[in-house]
Order: sequence, then C-alpha cells, then structure tokens
Amino acid sequence: MFDLVSGAVRASLVTFALCGFAYPLAVTVLGQWLMPFQANGSLVVDARGTVVGSELIGQQWNDPQWFHGRPSATTNTDPNDATKTIPAPYNAASSGASNLGPTSKELEGRLLGAWKALDDVDPQATESALPADMLTASGSGVDPDISPANALLQVNRVAKARGVAPALVAALVKRQIAPRSLGVFGEPRVNVLQLNLALEKEFPIR
Amino acid sequence: MTVIGWTEIALTLALVGLLAWPLGGYMAAVFEGRKTLLTPIAGPLERSLYRLSGVKPEHEQDWLAYTLSMVVFTAGCFLALYVIQRLQGVLPFNPSARDAVAPDLAFNTAISFITNANWQAYAGETTMSHFTQMVGLTAHNYLDTAVAMALAIGLTRAFVRHDCATIGNFWIDLTRSVLYVLLPLSIPLALLFVFLGVPQTLQGSVDATTLEGAHQTIALGPVASQEAIKLLGTNGGGFFNANSAHPFENPSALSNMIESWSQLVLAVAMVLAFGHMVGDRRQGYSLLAVMAIILFASVLTLYHAETKGNPLLTEIGVDPVGGNLEGKDWRFGQAGAAMFAVATTGTGTGAADATFDSMTPIGGLVALLNLLMGCIAPGGVGTGLHSILLLAILGVFMGGLMVGRTPEYLGKKIEAREMKLAMLSVLLGPALVLVFSAVSVNLKLALDSLGNGGPHGFTEIAYAYASTAADNGSAFAGLTVSNLWFNTTTGVVMLLGRLAGVIPVMAIAGALAKKKKLLRSTGSFPTDGPLFVFLLLGVVLIVTLLQFFPLIALGPLAEHFLMGSGRTF
Repeated sequence: MFDLVSGAVRASLVTFALCGFAYPLAVTVLGQWLMPFQANGSLVVDARGTVVGSELIGQQWNDPQWFHGRPSATTNTDPNDATKTIPAPYNAASSGASNLGPTSKELEGRLLGAWKALDDVDPQATESALPADMLTASGSGVDPDISPANALLQVNRVAKARGVAPALVAALVKRQIAPRSLGVFGEPRVNVLQLNLALEKEFPIR
Repeated sequence: MTVIGWTEIALTLALVGLLAWPLGGYMAAVFEGRKTLLTPIAGPLERSLYRLSGVKPEHEQDWLAYTLSMVVFTAGCFLALYVIQRLQGVLPFNPSARDAVAPDLAFNTAISFITNANWQAYAGETTMSHFTQMVGLTAHNYLDTAVAMALAIGLTRAFVRHDCATIGNFWIDLTRSVLYVLLPLSIPLALLFVFLGVPQTLQGSVDATTLEGAHQTIALGPVASQEAIKLLGTNGGGFFNANSAHPFENPSALSNMIESWSQLVLAVAMVLAFGHMVGDRRQGYSLLAVMAIILFASVLTLYHAETKGNPLLTEIGVDPVGGNLEGKDWRFGQAGAAMFAVATTGTGTGAADATFDSMTPIGGLVALLNLLMGCIAPGGVGTGLHSILLLAILGVFMGGLMVGRTPEYLGKKIEAREMKLAMLSVLLGPALVLVFSAVSVNLKLALDSLGNGGPHGFTEIAYAYASTAADNGSAFAGLTVSNLWFNTTTGVVMLLGRLAGVIPVMAIAGALAKKKKLLRSTGSFPTDGPLFVFLLLGVVLIVTLLQFFPLIALGPLAEHFLMGSGRTF
C-alpha cells in the first residue's frame, strides 16, 4: 500500500510538472513569439497608441451615429450590494448569457422593450419583421458581430446622425461584410468595431 | 435548415473520420507497446518518467490493483486541485489578485475535474487565478482524460486475454495516454487556436477606451493551451464563464468547426482502437455504427428545432428566418451551433458555444436525452467505449434470453456475476438523477435558484443531475448552482456517477480476463453486423425511455406543447 501511495504521489508530481507547467508555458512562449497579435487578444490600437478594444470582443454603443451591436446580457456586481448583480452590457471581464428559456415571460418582455426602443428611433425599420440578431442576446454577451441585414437596417439612422447620404454609408457596410469562413462555415457577418472604425475614418463626426 | 448548413455538418463529421481512422490503429499500437512513429521522441521521455516515479514497466496488475491505483491517483489529484484553489491567493501567476475559492465551490470544482465532468459551477475569469487555470485545471484536463483512456484500455484487454489474472499496468497506460496521444495532439491544436485568435498570455486583463470614450476591461490569459485539451480530452470546463461561446475561446466559425471536431475525434479513435486490439475491426465498426446513428438523429432533430425558431418571438416581430438566436453568437450560425451542441452532449465534454437553457424545448430535449443515454454518441475519450461495452454486455444478455442461449461477447461467456455488476452500474446513474431531482423540486432553496419558471424550471434541475451523473458537465445555466445545496449534491452525484460507471465495469473486466475464450461457432450470436447494431440501439433506447419517460414528459415535452399554445411563465 505504501508503495502504491508513494508511487502515485511521485507520478502525480511528474505529470503535473509536464502538463501544468511545461505544456502551457511552451505554448505561451511559442504563441507570443510566432503570433503576438492573436496571443495578446487581437487588440485594436489607434494612432495615439490607445487600445480602443479587441477585434474579437463586442462593445456597447449608445449614440445614434454609431452602428450598434446585439443586446448583451452580461452583468456586474452591484457596487451598493456585493451579493447582487446589475446589468452591464458587454462586460468583457465577466461573460455570460441571459439563460432565459423559450417560454420565459422575462424574455418576451425584454424583446418587446427592445423592439419599442428601435421603433422610437426609426419607425421605418420596424415596419417588417426584424433580423433575429437585432433583438436577441448572444451566448457570450460580447458577440463582436451582427448580421448584414441588421447593419443595413441601421444605415438610415447612422447616415442621418452624421449628415451623410445613406447610399454612401450603405456602400461602406457592404464592403465590411465578411463572408462565411472558407465559404461554408458560419454566417456572413459584420464586425461592429471594424465597421465603426471604417465609418469614423470615412465620415468623421464633425 | 439549409444545404450549406448540412454541408458544414457533413464536412465536420468527415474530418472526424479522416483522422480517427489512422489514429485508431496508432493508439492500439501505443497501448500494445509496439513501436510507433513517436517512439523515438516519446520513448526516452517515457522511460525517464518511469524512473522518476518509480514505476516498474514490466509489472502487471490484476483488476483490483489496477482500479486501486486509479482511485489513489484520482484522490491525490482531487486533494491537489482543492489545495491549489484554496491557496491561489498566495500562489504565483495571479495578476488579477483573485482570493481563495470558497470551500464548497473548490470541493465541487475539484470533483468535477477529477471525474471528467467539468461541471462549471465557477465563473472562470472572475474566480480563478492563472495558476489555478494552468496547474490546476489544464493539468487535470490531461490527467482525468488519461485515467479514462487507461480504464478503457484495461477493459479492452479483458476481451483480448484469456485465462489471465492481469489486465495491464495502470501507470503505463496513464503515462502513454499523455505522452503518445494527448500532448502530441494538444500542442499543435493549441497553436492553431492561437493562430485563429485565441489568446495565450500570462497577463490578466487589458483596459480599452472605446470610440465613444467608455471604459472596457478585457479579461485575458493562457486560454489556448487549456482550450485544446479541454476539447480533445472531452473535458469541457471553460476558461471563461461563457465557455466556447466566448470569442476568446472560439473566435470564428472555423475555430468552432475545429472545436466540434476535436471533441469527437479521440472518442471515435478509441472505439476503432478497440476493434484493432481485439483483432476484429468489425466489432469496433458495429459499436461505432450505434454511436453514429444516435449522433445523426440528434443533429437532425436539434438543427431542425433550432432553425424553426420560437413562435412566441415571431409574434413580437422577430424574423423567424434566423432561427432561435437567443443565447447564440452570430458567427457560428445555426448549423455550427447544432453540431457543437450534439458533439458536446454526445461526448462527455459538456462545453457550450450556445446557451442550452435558451434552446427550444425540442433542442434542449435532444441534449438532455444524450445525457440520459449516458453520453455514448460517441461518448467521452475512454468513457464512451467503457459505457458502450457495458451496454453491449447488456445487449447480448437480452439477445441471449430471447433465443435461449448462454450469452457471450467476443468469446467470453457472460454469466450471473457479470450481469449483477452490469446492472449495478446501469441502475445507479438513473437512481441518482431521479432521486436528486425529486428531492430538489421539493426544496425551497433549490426552487429559489431557478432561472426560469414552469416546465422549463423543472428541466433546469433534471438537466443538472443528468449532466453530473453522466459526468458530462453541460448545464441549463439559468439555474444558480454555486450555492451549498447544488455544489454539494452535484459534487456527490459526479463522484458516485463516475465510481458507478467505473468500478463494477473494472470488476467485470477482471472476471472476463480470467475466462476461457470460446471459439466462434454457428451457435454463437454474432456481435458484428446490422442485427447486433439494431439490437444494441434497441437496448439503449428502451432502457433510457423506460427509466426517464416521466421526466421527459414533465419537462421538455410539456414545455413544447405549452409553447405551441402561447403560454409563458
């Protein structure tokens, strides 16, 4: 029995060293050396050297002159009561989904609220059924993409807020549509941060 | 459902077959101790590991010593992981200054990582230090997978050998699993994940200032190294709370396909390796056919249900063409998400690239059924083979009863002792699910933890115990499980579920290895070919539905019909 236990302890220590230290550190060294951009989080840095976000992580957009991402269900700890949480959309330090089921009253209420908010800003857009990604929250809470249909529906609002012809903004959106990976996998998509960066470059806020 | 969606699913599965095929033969060679492609590199490393840990490679173990070694090793791993979590505040690699993990959560997480369940009661990025993620969680992802592979190989030897008291050496099987299979696959996979955008850094987080001037803190860490083994080893515990839905764990539709692929490939290869080792590949193909039929049926149903969408949301003004998109990230698409959901519940992974809790009732039902069947499509690495062999023994027994012959499998007579042990294993899992679900729905504390009302709430609780009993680890995550009741009971269920799955089956292995091998005659019931596949499939479905139909009816089925009639809760 003693042999068994001492053997187990020694075998555990050796394998821990191999799998828990050597392996992740080797991957870190190789990743940082060969692919530093991805290994550090695909960060987007502006001309002044400020990190404006990550290509892969969605952000919360509020003002009408920007394209908006999907609703996000992430939360943060309530500063007044540490046992509670408060909504904090696109919290990239605490990912998560709504976890609301298909027959949830709360889900229905949330979608109705989101629909009304869109209707208030742009009644024309809500005349027909809306793309699903415009009203539903993502699984990660930091989804960086929206559907092309969603982006095109926002063109009128953005163009008006920036005082540009809608056709020009629509053309910009179309250039930003990324196809399916290898033509087969996933869905055509628009990365909201990259779209807004391109927008600000071509039609800066005056 | 679209043609392009089906192409995506078909391509994923074809790629699984493409690598699993040669890998099956390679793994058989590794565990039979033959020379392989990697022997020149891994051989010297293997021998020096044996020297360091004092293992005598020529020493063989009987089933009891083999299983005891596993129990002692696993207990050691449990203690180590518990201590690491409790001490993470004073250990290195803690850039975000995380405090010790609470005792009940640390207990639950340690159990969950030694049983290959990887039930995620913790939220990775807000709870765990990098030290815990690497030395604790990543290392355990290797070790519990290697344990499961070793046990499956020990069981396989019971069919290969005859008149023999021993079934191999646990330490050798464990070491070879890590050195010859898991590490050589994980390193290139981790680097591929980095290439596709998964971070790999020792930094804790980075602060960004958005174009609107707002502040965003982005959590980072050594994600890629954990992601690779999390999926290859069918573990499933995520670096981030959102698991594989998080863009840093799963940046694109391409990475998503690779993640589905990597969950399936080793489990399939294990079954093929079994065919190689017993000297009759058709035996492996038959078991694989049963797994594949369940997998296809699951993808078909889940993909169909999710693309049909939710009629209640269509009424509000959502275009049903996008399908049910609540809880799904846009980049994966419905087909990619459906493939992942089935890969992760058909194996023992239990990761998630979309929220199970927000799926349609039928989509959620498919995931739940996969768990209730014991995750056998194709199951976890090792555990899948273990479970399907147990069901095969049950199958030949039932077949034997029907035709009035003594049942045998691969030339080994299945007798009373083996059947008693098999039934112990088959019945304990469902008992855990049903008893704990029934107790929980009568407890105020448990009901207060629900994230949804009505039948969906019942499914949340049933799913939690189904997932932990099958050591899968996926969740209807609206249920708050990080409290004393759920941390303790799911921890106990994971442990009992795992022990029930392993110890009786290893006892069967011990008994089978000692038996004579009967020659195949015209009187023996063939265990390859369509007839056996049909029989085994029947056994799986009948056993599962007999045990669980009331549970399914009260949860997902009731919700499906109520959704159709417009009821909300």
